[in-house]
Amino acid sequence: MPPVIEVRELTKRYSNSKTNAVDGISFSVAGGEFFTLLGPNGAGKTTTISILTTTLTPTTGSARIAGYDLVKEAGAVRRNAGIIFQKPSLDLNLTAEENVRFHAVVYGLYPFRPTFSLMPKAYKQQITELAEILSLKDDIFKPIKTFSGGMKRKLEIIRSLIHQPKVLFLDEPTVGLDPASRRNLWEYIKRVRRESGTTVFLTTHYLDEAEDADTICIISKGKIVAYGPPEAVKARLIEKYLLIDASDKNRLRTELKQLNIPYSETPLFKISLNGTPTVHQLLKAIDTPLTTVKTHNPSLEDAYLAIVEE
Amino acid sequence: MHEANAITVIAYRDLLKFLRDPPRLVSTLIFPLIFIGILGGSFQSSLGDQVDFNYLTFIFTGILAQTLFQSSAIGVISLIEDRENDFSQEIFVAPVSRYSIIIGKIFGETFVSMAQGLGILVFAVIIGIQVSLTQALVLIPVCWIVCFFGGAFGVIIMSNLNSQRAANQVFPFIMLPQFFLAGIFAPINNLPWFLNLLSLISPMRYAVDFVRAVLYKGSPDYSQVVINNAAINFIIIAVLFGLFLIVGTFLFVHRERNR
Repeated sequence: MPPVIEVRELTKRYSNSKTNAVDGISFSVAGGEFFTLLGPNGAGKTTTISILTTTLTPTTGSARIAGYDLVKEAGAVRRNAGIIFQKPSLDLNLTAEENVRFHAVVYGLYPFRPTFSLMPKAYKQQITELAEILSLKDDIFKPIKTFSGGMKRKLEIIRSLIHQPKVLFLDEPTVGLDPASRRNLWEYIKRVRRESGTTVFLTTHYLDEAEDADTICIISKGKIVAYGPPEAVKARLIEKYLLIDASDKNRLRTELKQLNIPYSETPLFKISLNGTPTVHQLLKAIDTPLTTVKTHNPSLEDAYLAIVEE
Repeated sequence: MHEANAITVIAYRDLLKFLRDPPRLVSTLIFPLIFIGILGGSFQSSLGDQVDFNYLTFIFTGILAQTLFQSSAIGVISLIEDRENDFSQEIFVAPVSRYSIIIGKIFGETFVSMAQGLGILVFAVIIGIQVSLTQALVLIPVCWIVCFFGGAFGVIIMSNLNSQRAANQVFPFIMLPQFFLAGIFAPINNLPWFLNLLSLISPMRYAVDFVRAVLYKGSPDYSQVVINNAAINFIIIAVLFGLFLIVGTFLFVHRERNR
């Protein structure tokens, strides 16, 4: 199966900037995959998502969504994408149903009718189902401003799915939600994935939200700094090692070679602890008088911060 | 068909948002009412004797055209800010032509301005300005054209601005001189040549003159108040409308995507 999202050497430099906001990134996302673009604020996440959703033209590079070229076939890309923006995209003075109806008409699913009762039967059916899923009942005909933050987000997600997009883009969807709503929303997104099989493209700066992803892609200053399944990225991130040094560097070098301990000079001697030897075993084995001994054992959070601040 | 539906829904949403926002409804009417009621009234009583035409009617026709023109322009310009807020974000990623978005927005703001225009007309009748039923009916298409023109003017202004902040700063400088150059408060028949030149390139001038040319038709004041006849104004408005809309939308889309 061809990838649903394919990004090649994508670069964006804003016209008033001297550096690239997105700097030659490439990745691909398979159908049904849960892909997370992780990075701090200003890393280029929103720029990337804006390019992939056709509101911004890349400076160089190319991308295909659902097989369509982003620049040449923007209309087809739009039809195949659903987007949850960072900022709420609901009209507060309008009812939930009106917000959904306007979306459906703009996406060409139904003809426009000024009231709900004049809309086609299929649409009414869909709204009834939708109200049931959200357990909204008649509240669906109430103005959005009476809804809670979490409920608004859910409504946006459900709305973005009614044109059955191949990819659902979620741009930091939990920003501003309290922990309970956040968890609740995640359970809902999981359910959506399970039931619709939609590919999900998430951007976030919360590490914990990335843990359920099939693939994590960490970007910093517009460049990809880590990429792969969460376990692999974690393993790479949480690199435990020992740093040692001696005044007689040559002797230490020879000894480490004799003991068959792999090392690198950084310029301190760096020995990985992800394998079998423990710090204790290592130190016991070395006879050369050491001047420095340091262990490096970061938490996932530390490692993430270190990698994005590099 | 899809594009027509999209245009309708974009316009309908605009009108619905306006009607569901009572404070905005009231506030949009306050300025025109101040201008006509207070400014027009005081001009009429202090300067009315020095001119041969009714000052209040003169200012009413000017303010009507100006309000419709400006309100539509501001409404369209608000797209700059809107595209990062509420449902407008959705519209910009939806599979519809950018021209449809702009046209829908112009239609929507036209409805909104027409609602304001109706308010002004009712107020005018209340304070005793003579408007016949025929005149009121003729005003409908005339006002419609003025709103469209204002909307297209908004598009060309918007296409040259980056942010709502820039729009808020620049807009008064573009609009305020036109108040005077378009002859809303005082006739512009005898302007010095340089002001006349500036007046000729003020789009609002043609909107105001168009409304007056229609409303003063057959009135003895016509020759003192109206500069060009309705047909000439209409042709100028039509040409500028097409130009503003096409060039403006092209520039807007181009700027928007090539930030």
